[in-house]
Amino acid sequence: MIKKIFLIGNPNVGKSVVFSRLTGVHVIVSNYPGTTVGITKGYLKLDEHKIEVVDLPGAYSLEPTSSAEEVAVKLLKENSKEEIVLINVLDATNLERNLYLTLQLIEQGFPVIVCLNMCDDTKHRGIDIDVDKLEKILGVPVVSTCAVTGLGIKLLRQRIEETQPIPPAKISNQQRWQEIGKIVTEVQKLTHRHHTLREIFEDASVQPLSGSLMAAGVIYVSFKIVRFIAEGLINKVFDPFFFNFYQPILERLSLALGESGFLHNLLIGELINGKIDFKQSLGLLTTAPYVEFDMVLPYIISFYFVLSILEDTGYLPRLAILLDNLLHRIGLHGYAIIPVLLGFGCNVPGILSTRILESKRERFIASTLISIGVPCVALQAMIFGLLGRLSGFYVGGVYLVLFALWLILGTLLNKNLKGYSPEFLIEIPPYRLPPLAILLKKVIYRVKAFLIEALPIVLIGVLIINIFLFFRLFDLVTGIFAPVVSGLFGLPKETVVALLVGFFRKEVAAGMLATFDLTAKQLFIAATLLAVSFPCVATFVVLLKELGIKDLLKATGIMIATTLIVGTLLNFAIFY
Amino acid sequence: MKTISLAKMAVNQKGRVIEIQGGIGLQDRLMSLGIYPGREISKLSSFALKGPVTIKVDRRVFALGHGMASKIILEVE
Repeated sequence: MIKKIFLIGNPNVGKSVVFSRLTGVHVIVSNYPGTTVGITKGYLKLDEHKIEVVDLPGAYSLEPTSSAEEVAVKLLKENSKEEIVLINVLDATNLERNLYLTLQLIEQGFPVIVCLNMCDDTKHRGIDIDVDKLEKILGVPVVSTCAVTGLGIKLLRQRIEETQPIPPAKISNQQRWQEIGKIVTEVQKLTHRHHTLREIFEDASVQPLSGSLMAAGVIYVSFKIVRFIAEGLINKVFDPFFFNFYQPILERLSLALGESGFLHNLLIGELINGKIDFKQSLGLLTTAPYVEFDMVLPYIISFYFVLSILEDTGYLPRLAILLDNLLHRIGLHGYAIIPVLLGFGCNVPGILSTRILESKRERFIASTLISIGVPCVALQAMIFGLLGRLSGFYVGGVYLVLFALWLILGTLLNKNLKGYSPEFLIEIPPYRLPPLAILLKKVIYRVKAFLIEALPIVLIGVLIINIFLFFRLFDLVTGIFAPVVSGLFGLPKETVVALLVGFFRKEVAAGMLATFDLTAKQLFIAATLLAVSFPCVATFVVLLKELGIKDLLKATGIMIATTLIVGTLLNFAIFY
Repeated sequence: MKTISLAKMAVNQKGRVIEIQGGIGLQDRLMSLGIYPGREISKLSSFALKGPVTIKVDRRVFALGHGMASKIILEVE
């Protein structure tokens, strides 16, 4: 009786796509090894029985080398072989490498069904695999699929029950490769082809000179597209909605509420010069939705659109090679660029994905640096919105400070932490053209996840702020922190509230800054401090889970020290 | 025929792995990726200042650190 089904296979073969097809559960998939770092569970109905399906992080072999691989192997050993089935997903274009794990699984006696995925890709690569012959040699069911389109998934489902435990055997690693060599020559035929344009691009992107030029171009164009889409959405969609449609409705409501009073303050906020000001009124129906939908959401959409393209084409591991040298100086290796880029969307997935790094030391450095020096897209959107209007110089200034912090803090951590950081060893995936439908689905999924997580906190946050403001409850805390904030950072003491609110949602905090009458210098310092000081509470919880309490306290100490030093330095270094 | 480490091999040169120096950990890791004695490797690129090395094994591309590359010993023409 099958109780659990595990999806196992090498990194970047499409396990998560097969998982989504089998269970209907949507998971983030990309074209680089290490997208899945946790365990995702779903259910599959087989003969009226609901069976749990578990999507495991990718593993090259049963001897784990990263924490993500360890998780996979540990889970397998917890279950009795009679009660589980392993769907071993293989990349058909890389049969030889993939068979290593397959043979290990069969040798250890697991009930295995082989899912030969990416069969659509084999044809134009001149690869022809005899599936029936492979099935005979391996002695387990083999089904060829193309999970992205859904081809073969039905057959895979039907054949799951044909699997059974096999008597274990033991052979050496070298023998296993010899065995694989024999199998591959029997079942696979390669047609020789000329270098395709894609391969020329693939090779050029890993050369020092042409690769660097390409990287500069990709980063520049990505940045341009993010801004173009976001500004387009703001100017063409969200601004017209808020100012032409929504504002008149609110004005009528404001009149009906008598233009003042507790309820008015809560819902509309304060009128600025007798009118509703979306940026400054700070009401539940005014500033809260305006910040979330008109300032932040457009950037969320455009950022995740561009990030998804970079992920799915397979460009990111190539960027990792180019940045390896630089990141080595701060105790990381090139592959750390992936958690960093994810962190620019939201720190939570960024820190989770540090699991692709091998050592605890690297994970500590990467997590600390992400919490301090990588502002999430919500905060960045606000920085663009607030500082961008003053001058692009200030926006650039924030990034410059953050980049300098990366280098300084990273170097210090690398010098002072015990141990050393290992080098990377990664497989570079081929370029793939992601189907637009799949790309859009991923963007929608991420945007939805953002709204579900952010919107309630933003609304509750603004509600509490208003209640506090109305009853003047903030005066107590502003008093305590005022010496630091005004004495060292040169900010008016009300900004204490905004910096504290930053612990809940950064965009609300930045939104509050707009309600104070700050000079350009003060706004610049406050925005920078919002980025480097405490991460939001969601990030904090993840840090606790990933690092443990001891390292979290260590990271927190670093954050507080950094905030104090940066705030003071900026305050006393900028004159005008 | 002469022996040379992957780190020192020229770009676009081909060689056959004859030895992987270093611990069993590294040997196992490379083994699971299909890099083991007897295997033919060609070097795609290398980066200055002890930067990473990229190689092609069969049709697959890998990137590895300079330290690892200097532990992979090959036989070249």
